[in-house]
Amino acid sequence: MNARTFRIGGIHPEENKLTHEVETKVAPLPKQAIFPLSQHIGAPAKPVVQKGDKVKVGTLIAEAGGFVSAPIYSSVSGTVLKIDTAIDATGYRKPCIIISVEGDEWEESIDRSTKLELVKDHPELTPEEIVGRVKTAGITGMGGAGFPTFIKLTPPPTATAECVIINAVECEPYITADYRLMMEKADEILVGLELLMKAAKVTKGYIGIETNKPKAIDLLSKKSAEVFGGTEYSVEVVPLKQRYPQGGEKQLVDAVIGRQVPAPPAIPVNVGAIVQNVGTAFAVYEAVMKRKPLFERYTTVTGKRLQHPGNYLVRMGTPMQDLIDLCGGMPEGDCKLLAGGPMMGKALTSTEVPVCKGTNSVTLLSDDDARRKEPQPCIRCAKCVGACPMGLEPYLLSKLSELKNWERAEHEDIVSCIECGSCQFTCPAHRPLLDYIRQGKQTVMGIIRSRK
Amino acid sequence: MNFILIAVIVLGAIGLIAAFVLYVCSKKFAVYEDPRIAQVSALLPGANCGGCGFPGCSGMADALVKGADAGSLDGLNCPVGGAEVMGPVADLLGMAIANGEPKVAVVRCNGSCEHRPKVAEYAGLRTCSAMNACGAGETACGFGCLGCGDCVAACQFGAIGMNPETGLPEVDEEKCTACGACVKACPRHIIELRKKGPKGRRVYVSCVNKDKGAVSMKACKVSCIGCSKCVKECPFGAITVENNCSYIDPEKCRLCKKCVAVCPTKAIVAVNFPTPKPKPENPEATEAPTNQERKEAQA
Amino acid sequence: MNETDNVTKQPLAQRGGGRKGLIVSLSPHAHGTDSVERNMYGVMLALVPALLVSLFYFGLGSAIVCLTSVVACVFFEWSINKYLLKNPRNTVLDGSAALTGLLLGMNLPSNLPIWIIIIGALFAIGVAKMTFGGLGNNIFNPALVGRCALLVAFPAQMTSWPVPGHLLDYTDATTGATPLALMKEAIKSGNVSVLDQLPDAFSLLLGDHSLGGGAGTIGEICGLALLAGFVFMLWRRIITWHIPVSIVGTVFVFSAIMHLINPIYADPTTVILSGGLLLGAIFMATDYVTSPMTPKGQLIYGVCIGLLTVVIRNWGAYPEGMSFAILIMNAFTPLINNYVKPVRFGEVVKE
Repeated sequence: MNARTFRIGGIHPEENKLTHEVETKVAPLPKQAIFPLSQHIGAPAKPVVQKGDKVKVGTLIAEAGGFVSAPIYSSVSGTVLKIDTAIDATGYRKPCIIISVEGDEWEESIDRSTKLELVKDHPELTPEEIVGRVKTAGITGMGGAGFPTFIKLTPPPTATAECVIINAVECEPYITADYRLMMEKADEILVGLELLMKAAKVTKGYIGIETNKPKAIDLLSKKSAEVFGGTEYSVEVVPLKQRYPQGGEKQLVDAVIGRQVPAPPAIPVNVGAIVQNVGTAFAVYEAVMKRKPLFERYTTVTGKRLQHPGNYLVRMGTPMQDLIDLCGGMPEGDCKLLAGGPMMGKALTSTEVPVCKGTNSVTLLSDDDARRKEPQPCIRCAKCVGACPMGLEPYLLSKLSELKNWERAEHEDIVSCIECGSCQFTCPAHRPLLDYIRQGKQTVMGIIRSRK
Repeated sequence: MNFILIAVIVLGAIGLIAAFVLYVCSKKFAVYEDPRIAQVSALLPGANCGGCGFPGCSGMADALVKGADAGSLDGLNCPVGGAEVMGPVADLLGMAIANGEPKVAVVRCNGSCEHRPKVAEYAGLRTCSAMNACGAGETACGFGCLGCGDCVAACQFGAIGMNPETGLPEVDEEKCTACGACVKACPRHIIELRKKGPKGRRVYVSCVNKDKGAVSMKACKVSCIGCSKCVKECPFGAITVENNCSYIDPEKCRLCKKCVAVCPTKAIVAVNFPTPKPKPENPEATEAPTNQERKEAQA
Repeated sequence: MNETDNVTKQPLAQRGGGRKGLIVSLSPHAHGTDSVERNMYGVMLALVPALLVSLFYFGLGSAIVCLTSVVACVFFEWSINKYLLKNPRNTVLDGSAALTGLLLGMNLPSNLPIWIIIIGALFAIGVAKMTFGGLGNNIFNPALVGRCALLVAFPAQMTSWPVPGHLLDYTDATTGATPLALMKEAIKSGNVSVLDQLPDAFSLLLGDHSLGGGAGTIGEICGLALLAGFVFMLWRRIITWHIPVSIVGTVFVFSAIMHLINPIYADPTTVILSGGLLLGAIFMATDYVTSPMTPKGQLIYGVCIGLLTVVIRNWGAYPEGMSFAILIMNAFTPLINNYVKPVRFGEVVKE
């Protein structure tokens, strides 16, 4: 397999894909579902229900709060208990809609059949219609970032899209949700890709998969040849070398089509690529073809000390404690609960945080994995420079942020940092590089914004 | 003897030439500086703390002279020197200044280890800004003091320090110059510059928690629950409750302490007041107690 | 259940995560296996072949010198940390002091008296490392500063080279000429035939100096052992190839040019295998703290060191130019770091 990869930096963390071959099961419904109003990038959603309202699965409970925003749909049927604050993945209490679950009644408009709908059977699906359905369904990036998908599908006038790249890389350790989705719903994903290509008005599509998922590469290569062979679309399954952060969108674009996205404010569509997570492609299929808004997702629940780690189809709003109990309960001793993987996931203070649109994994790190080692002085070994996928100098940016030298930090391109954590992973002196760089990046971005 | 004479002449000549060159350079390359700047600079404390907002006392002197030429010294104040310094400066420049009230930094959080239990363990970089970015912190209160000491590091006068028992910063009123460095350093905006008050007495709400009452009580025993009892009690209308948190306006507060008595969670703190007269068994009168004693009595 | 609060209902202990609750910090939450100790002790491991060869050739003297150097360096680092700096965390165990000691020892002749070695160690650790702020803050390579200080303070003792083979001799070892001394003589006298006394390249590589004219410092004797150490460090990813290859390459090319112009300058193979060139290129110039942080910067650094070494060796007062060349370029490292930046992502947009 001739695998491609990105050109600068990168590291090789331990895979720990404990749940690779564990088939996805449907997670049971929670007793209470918590829906934070801010699950995406952009303005928080505005509630359209009140305490006491009855809702079904798929009922709109919050509408988009602005242009860059997304609506939220209930994933359960029951009564709205209250609209209150609750701890979400940011670690703070944020406004949420809390629904007490009763039964499992779905909205009639949702098509629950498993028949595979094809694009060619639906001539009414113009690009505008597809984007409209994606917008109404509240689909946001399912890889974790949570950017509203309909905006990505309508690039600004200065940029022209040339291709759609499906991000099925899953470079983070532990996470296997996307892999299971590919193995179990490959046909739907390919229809989703076709919908995305149609909506973006392009005919080229790529699916980037890391070489540690050979079965998925074979399956999708075969199926995409069947589905797209002889059509106007040209879809290529691109095997990618196993390296972190291969799944970062800029690195993915570099590896797949060989173009490097320039520094912010440039985005991948400026070099012609629209990148979508494979889970988003699946959600697009369900939204457009089955009129099913976004309210459930594939999530991996994993950890070395968990009794039965697994992959689950989870209704959003399910508290993480429920999923952990499903897998055998919290392990004893030191424990770190992450929403996401170990490289970019968010550590949580409470197990009652709900699963949201961007929660691709619930990871439990135990014992030594849960703690950091004592930092030592920088030995100037330059390993962080070698690891940085954006060609930056983390030791320098970290020091500048620590000393609050924002001018020089901006000059050294601190805003290009993608916060992947490769530098801190590599540092032999266990220095908290990314902690400082992140702070510096936020401050410098604030300074730049205030200039305009 | 000859060589001594030659050495003296040569070195003397070098000295004269060098002196001449230096003289010419000092005249030709001289930078004109308004002599008033040096005079004002001499009157300023010379601590270069930056509390005035300018780079060092020379920067402030420069700004003062420019201000005087522009017609007003408004907005220019040396917090360290206060009126003692600004008065002579204004006189020198032939201007008048408004007298400001002395201020002091006030830490509006009483969530010590005793009142606010820990619910998580933070094992990352120990600065307040990093912990703030990570989440609510080690306790269930997302608004309270994080205890890592960014304020202590920011203070150039050693006027604020961490109390290891409570985990909260404490301000030394004598040393605090109200320069505002700690206010800027705190990522949760807990520290506020308030009027020092007569005899250093002031009353303030030691809580900035904006969660609903039931939630904040669970997180911290002495949090403000937004019950508004203090608002109703205050005869001067100095108290407002916004976002489940009460705030006492220092301009309107008359230090009557009625709110302190009525607060159910003891979130309102009165500082530097004498303790009430003790019972007759103990006839020794008490002096004005220290900040710490007063807070302990309230808690 | 009517409980509506989102604060967790279970008591802390049952919620898992030990008595204090869940552990939190910012991402990343994983770390590689690398550590300062692994790198420092890895370099020491890479020096073991050269050390063993030197014991084979120089015997007792080599053992005493290296051991004294390591013990003295570790002692000085520990005591300065504890008594002068009052550091709560003593850095002596991270391996850097021991490594400095070993490298310093390898740069010395095996008949150097103990008291001189101790002074050298004090200079290396005390002056060149701790005064600048300890590990990570020094500008100059501590082992080289120690060596050069000794060279300047004790020129006679530092330039008397024991001949290999006398295993039980220490300070009273028989001394002889080094290849570099012969090369210097050839240049000064203009007499090419002096170079005939040099061992051939193969002997230099293996360190076999039985034919004479092959004395030297403890570490520089056997090129093969040093190259083995180089390969080991590359495999362990402790250093990258840039600095050693650029230094040796530059010296080779430059001395080849000089040799072609005038045969009083030795041929390039002999030049790169003689003296402290390999030891310096592989172990001294690649010191993390004092070398540039980018591959391009490292290549520039290596080329300049190579040029300076040849210049000092051929036209300078000292026969050995490597230490001085490295120290000079150490001073330029901050400048190189400032102006040579890595290639940024997105700088070149390919179509």
